[in-house]
Formats: sequence, C-alpha cells, structure tokens
Amino acid sequence: MSRRKLTGYWLLTPGTLWLAFFFLVPTVTLVVSSLYDPEGSLTDGYVLTGRFANYADMMEFYGPTILRSLGYAFAATLACLVLGYPLAYAIAFKAGRWKNLMLVAVIAPFFTSFLVRTLSWKLLLGDHGPIVDFLQTIHLLGEDGRLLATPFAVITGLTYNFLPFMVLPLYASLEKIDLRLVEAGSDLYASPVTTFRKITLPLSMPGLVAGTLLTFIPASGDYINSELLGNPRTRMVGNEVQDLFASGSVPEAASLSVMLMALIVLLVLVYVRRAGTEELV
Amino acid sequence: MRAVRNWVAQRLVLWFGLLVLLYMFLPIFVVILMSFNDPASRRGYTFDGFTLDNWTNPCAPYQLCSSVWVSIQIGLAATLLATILGTLMAFALVRHRFRGRSSMSLLIFLPMATPEIVLGASLLALFVNAGFAGQLGFWTILVAHVMFCLSFVVVTVKARLAGMDPRLEEAATDLYATEWQTFWRVTFPMVAPGIAAAAMLSFSLSFDDFIITNLNSGQTVTFPMFVWGANQRGIPMQVNVIGTVMFLIAFAVVLGGELNNRRRARALAGVRS
Repeated sequence: MSRRKLTGYWLLTPGTLWLAFFFLVPTVTLVVSSLYDPEGSLTDGYVLTGRFANYADMMEFYGPTILRSLGYAFAATLACLVLGYPLAYAIAFKAGRWKNLMLVAVIAPFFTSFLVRTLSWKLLLGDHGPIVDFLQTIHLLGEDGRLLATPFAVITGLTYNFLPFMVLPLYASLEKIDLRLVEAGSDLYASPVTTFRKITLPLSMPGLVAGTLLTFIPASGDYINSELLGNPRTRMVGNEVQDLFASGSVPEAASLSVMLMALIVLLVLVYVRRAGTEELV
Repeated sequence: MRAVRNWVAQRLVLWFGLLVLLYMFLPIFVVILMSFNDPASRRGYTFDGFTLDNWTNPCAPYQLCSSVWVSIQIGLAATLLATILGTLMAFALVRHRFRGRSSMSLLIFLPMATPEIVLGASLLALFVNAGFAGQLGFWTILVAHVMFCLSFVVVTVKARLAGMDPRLEEAATDLYATEWQTFWRVTFPMVAPGIAAAAMLSFSLSFDDFIITNLNSGQTVTFPMFVWGANQRGIPMQVNVIGTVMFLIAFAVVLGGELNNRRRARALAGVRS
C-alpha cells in the first residue's frame, strides 16, 4: 500500500473508532436491551430472553403518544417550511449587503441556551402574557381561552427551536441557483409564479429535503417543549423514554426508543424516495 | 401594473423574512428583559419590577455558577477532541481514496439523523450493560458530547476543504515548497476558518445539550440541567443573566470575525488594484 493511501486510513481511524464505540455499539446494545425480560432490574441485572412482546406492550401503552409525537413534529416541520422558505429566499436573493447580517441573525438564537429560550415562550404565551392579551382584545381568543399548556404552545415551541435547521439548508441550496436560469424563465414570458414553480422550487429541492429532515427528526424526539409548554395530555415519546429510564425500566425504554427510530427511518426512506434526492451529506 | 405588482411582491418577501427574524429574536428580548426582573413570587414567570440585583449577584442561586463552570469545562474538552478527530476525518474524506467510502459517509451522517433521545438512550443502555450505571458523570457526558459533535465538525470542515482551489497548493509545490510547508503555509490557513466555525458549533452544541446529558449525567449538574431542575422549583432570574451574557459573548465573537473578514477583503482589494 502506498504511503499516501496509508495516511488516509490513519487520519480516519481515531474518529471512526469513536463513532464505532459510542454510536454503533450503543445502538446495537439498545436493540439488544429492548429484548430483555422486563422482570429484571438495574441492581439484579436483566436476562436476554428475546422478548419481542416488549414492542407489543409499548405499542399498546404508548401508541397514541407515538402518533402524537409524529403529528406535532409534522405540524412543526410544516410551520418551519412556511416561515423558513420566504426567509431563506429573502436572504439569498433580496438581502443585498445585509445578507451576512441576516444569516448571523438566523443563528443568533442559538447563542442563548435552548432551555432558557423555551422558558421565554412560557412568558410570551402565558395567560396574562402579551399574545393572549392581544388575541383576547381582538376576540380571536375567548375570555378564559389560553395558549400555554396547549398543543398549540408545544408546536410553537418546536417550530421556534428548529427553524434555523430549516432555514440554513434552504439558504445553501437557493444561494447556489444560477440567476440566469430565473432570468431565462421571465425572458420566455413565464410569470413570476410559474418561474418560481418551474425553476426556483425544483432547484431548491435538496435544501428543502435536508431542511425538513433536520427539523422533523429532532422535533419528533424532543420532550423539552412538551414538558415546559404543554400539559400531561401533550406528552411526547421523549417524555416517556426519559421517565422510563429514570424509573429504571431499561427494556421498556429501549424498545420504545427503537420503535421511534424505526418509524423515523421508515418515514425518511419513503420521503427521500418520493422527493427524489439521494444527496444528503 | 405588472411593475407595481412586482415591486410589492419583491418587497413582500423581504418584509416577511424580517418578520420571521423578529419572531426568532422575540425570546431573546424576553431573556434580556427578565435578567432585570424583580419577581414578586418564586413560582411566577412574569415581569414584576426593575432591579439590577440579578446582575450584581449572578452566582447567588445555589449551584448556578458551578453548573456553568461544569458546562464550560465539558464544552471545551468536547470541542477540542471533536475538532481534532473531525478535522482529521474531513481531510481523509476529501483528500484521500480508500475503500468503504460510502459506508463511512453513512456512519458520519447517521448520528445527525438520530433523535437525541435515541442517541442518549443507546449510550445509557451501553453504560448500564457495561456496569457503569453507578459511575455516570463528567466522563460519560464528555464521551457523549464528543460523539454528537464529531459529525458536525466533519461536515463543516469538509465543506470548506471541498470549496478550496487545488491550484493554490499546486502553485506552492511548483515553487519548491515541501509537502509540510505547503500544508502549514497554504492548506491550513485556508481551512482554518472552517475549523474555527466547527469548533464554535461544537462548543455551542455541547454547552446547550440537555436531552442526551440528562440521561447520562448521574449526579453531575450542567447549566441546562440546572435550569431544568430549577424549573420545578421556580426559576431564579439569574439564569437570564447567564443567558444574556452568553448571547453577548457569542455575538461579539461572530461580529469580530465578520469585521476581520471585511478588513481582509479590503486589504486584498488594495493589493490587487
């Protein structure tokens, strides 16, 4: 083997080992743990009995929770797309010399803690907060109507927290578009709407696919928004996995996690195939 | 008529975009405002009155400042390790040929495409099975943070490397630079901004992580874990002081970088003309 080729392997090895030991091995362990007999405990140890019934049990207990998580994540992803696409478009094509400043503004919310920002929404959406007051004044919300501790609040929080993950890949794709193609569209008498639909939108598909995945996947596993902004009826899979682990129910927690992951992989495969992009990294 | 419509349509997107940005900044304004709050009760989360007390005594709540210090230590250690390992991997992926390339890309992509709760659950399952359940703490958090930062470093540095003009390195070789000189005088300075961006990203990911940390922390309390615990008892307003300070520091770093870029661009333009 040539020296140069060998160098490549040397550069790769440490990082690959880290990912193998602390990502691949744990994933396999999680799948194995999901088949333990739930009769065991942390102190006495668990017996591997290949108990697939764990999955059926979890489906029975938490089926609605899983559906709710995916539903909230879907709604948040849609909201992120509606808010994020125009923003990414504005930054890429309309911002001019303010482009860099606007990009910094997109990532600026990351600079403060995720939890502290989510707590701010608690104040903003609170029963005597500015948004509820305003909505009550214009009679969009009843006198005793509330926003905090509702599914709306959880979805708002999810949308807010994952919006930059939608905007950045969209921007990266839009920015690469050759403006001459757009000009050609209007030279050939296409209306701005047609030009957008036939040229800009298809060319921004890789960013759109990446953005929706980067929003949907973390949102479906999140439990911070549900815990801080929701109520006991807005619990998501993350809440349950966390609580199961905290109470020492390892097999149950593991099978619920594996189920969430399997569902996500399935949805992502179907979506990526339909959207027709393979290029993700 | 069409011109008028176009004019409105063009401005409309920009205005809508600015509104979305305002929405993104809204909670930050609240954090800054609440850092001056004098709360009437411990449970409430409303603005009751103005005070500077939170700013003069930021460490007053038990464990707040020690938790920030733990987060900083973990953040720095995780950033250092992830940035080194990730940069090496990025170089290998862009500059070297080897077998199993596509499975390598998949291995790097997968941790980014896995929900945090599953990443955290997997690691905890490993630690529990390996008999580490009683020893969760600083080291298990560090291991987890390096793992999820690594992929982001690889992607960031890779993008910078792939966008580099290979002719610059060829020129250096043509001018009789050794391989080593070419690397340190040409390649590294050009990749450095990408590495710096990756390091900043790692630090903020690590500092901010809650879900994975919460599962693998044992008795160790990081800043996000402090906030979470405090939320059950009533949030001390000093948390918002920490949030504001973090925001200001990060903003200053980014702004400094941007100004530096502009100064360099101007200097280069001066050389060219």
